[in-house]
Amino acid sequence: MSRSRRIKLQVFRATIFILLGAFFLVPIGTMFEFSTRGNSVTSPRTMEAWAAIFREPDLMKAIGVSLELAVITSVGMLVLLLPTMVWVRLRLPQVHRIVEFLCLLPLTIPAIALVVGVAPLYHWIEINVTDSILILSFVYLIIVLPYSYRALDAGLSAIDIKTLSEAARSLGAGWGTVMFRVIVPNMSTALLNACLLSVAVVLGEFTFAQLLYFENLQVAISYVGLVSAGTSIAVSVASLIFAFMLLMILSFFGRPREREVRGEEMLPGTESRVLPLRNSFIGVPDK
Amino acid sequence: MMATAGAGVEVRLEDLRRSYAGVTALDGLSLTMAPGELVALLGPSGCGKTTAMRLVAGLEEANSGRVMFGGKDVTGLPANKRDVGMVFQAYSLFPHMTAQQNVAFGLSLHKVGAAEQKKRSGEMLELVGLSKYANRYAHQLSGGQQQRVALARALAIQPTVLLLDEPLSALDAKVRSRLRDEIRRVQLEVGTTTLFVTHDQEEALAIADRVGVMNAGRLEQLDSPVAIYSRPATPFVAEFVGLTNRIPGTVKFGMVEVRGTELPLVQHDTPTGPATALVRPEAVSLASEGDSVPGPLIGTVIAVAFLGATSRVTVDLGDIVVLAQLPTAEASAHPAGTRVRLAIRPDPVLIAREEKAPVEA
Repeated sequence: MSRSRRIKLQVFRATIFILLGAFFLVPIGTMFEFSTRGNSVTSPRTMEAWAAIFREPDLMKAIGVSLELAVITSVGMLVLLLPTMVWVRLRLPQVHRIVEFLCLLPLTIPAIALVVGVAPLYHWIEINVTDSILILSFVYLIIVLPYSYRALDAGLSAIDIKTLSEAARSLGAGWGTVMFRVIVPNMSTALLNACLLSVAVVLGEFTFAQLLYFENLQVAISYVGLVSAGTSIAVSVASLIFAFMLLMILSFFGRPREREVRGEEMLPGTESRVLPLRNSFIGVPDK
Repeated sequence: MMATAGAGVEVRLEDLRRSYAGVTALDGLSLTMAPGELVALLGPSGCGKTTAMRLVAGLEEANSGRVMFGGKDVTGLPANKRDVGMVFQAYSLFPHMTAQQNVAFGLSLHKVGAAEQKKRSGEMLELVGLSKYANRYAHQLSGGQQQRVALARALAIQPTVLLLDEPLSALDAKVRSRLRDEIRRVQLEVGTTTLFVTHDQEEALAIADRVGVMNAGRLEQLDSPVAIYSRPATPFVAEFVGLTNRIPGTVKFGMVEVRGTELPLVQHDTPTGPATALVRPEAVSLASEGDSVPGPLIGTVIAVAFLGATSRVTVDLGDIVVLAQLPTAEASAHPAGTRVRLAIRPDPVLIAREEKAPVEA
């Protein structure tokens, strides 16, 4: 690639990066700006709205509950979906399309329709079993299915699961060993992706909780917003920052291994070189 | 040197049958492998050879029949209880492990201590000549190196039987030939009874003690490589293994008359009448003919393919084209365009089977 072409490409990448960055960061920046305003236009900047988060017991409780829901939903999703998808790929490829259809179905059903459908069941559970908010995780499991399915499907497609599992079986591995020592380590990025999407969906969920009379993070934010707009905006910014932090962690865990350098071409003793994802994204040239 | 598996065991397949949705993949395969023997199953795609191997490995269940290792019936055992080592056609190293960790994986499942795992995996990598690459991941190894590590991994658990499922087919020709010899050397060294599946006849004939040629789920012939090539038991084997000329003739009095030359038959019960004789190119020789009158075995050389020590000469006899394989020095006397007289050595020949529509098994 010629030097001028490379510079053009870098400028193009940087432009796209700046535009996208602005698209995401400007609203968050303005939210932050709003949450730090004083009571009047001339008042000095204040972190009062942020400090108020910790003084709202209902809000703190809602944050804790939403995080619990996110963890339970993510674990439940993995326990339900991963073995099912592996089994379908290995033993029942003919039902692959059916499973895919079922998993993507929640995308096509409006949340309000789902709520109307599950409300009687939830009322029965609340009266006869438990009224804990954690039972929301059942319905959250359904709404995260489409996103998690896509992430896991991409991960499973990236490895030759049939050959790897057969190789492990022939070496004496039972199915549990195949799953935990062969399949899971080879799709860690996909698992993290699926979990992140589940966490993001659960932390941002409002409709189900509100209509089923539970108070999760988003419902609590809406209540706080009625009293103090600054605090509700501060919580929203904090939850977005939390999601970004998860994404950053993911990008470090999920760095791709270098695949192009093969044994014949490598000099003895050379190590594989892994470019951090962020560098390649912003156009730092390969050395 | 490494600790070897010791003498192999006898492996016996008894009337194995397997079908998929009504399509027969394996139709009563019976085969006995002597301890330490390397048997290659050879055949076209869909002939059932891979199915046979998967049944031996326990990766699939037979509809009927038995698999015996050293006199013990293992038909009902799952793959992880069969004590087989397997090398696959596709690269099968675990990508998140180094070469050494891959080799040690099976040992850890067999409750071998950490120190012993390290020692034995090191020995195995040394056996396949990859000690220097012990800390490399699969993506840092070439295809040939990956298959060698896979071989070391399969042998590390000292399996009762070693199964090789077209392990060389994804490699380029040069690496394939080198690794083929490597596999044979290692197999002889460890003495494990080995089943090798391939569709490459050169590979099968070069590596195996015995070759089993399969067709449509059945074993057509199981014999030494020399016998398979020079004394094929069926027309399918004759046509599948090596090149064969199909020359029309007539069967009468237990012989087949081909363009004025009488050739003995392998199968003496061949019915009388028109038939197509299968003649190896090595059985055809050439002599200069000059401008002599046309005859049934006189034709024109249309191509000479240099193969190294030998050359393959293509001769147009007018109605058919015949191949002759000769020493290169001899073939060079008959460049393209020259008129030649063919002679067919009176080796016993087979008669071609009736043409049928190909059946995918």
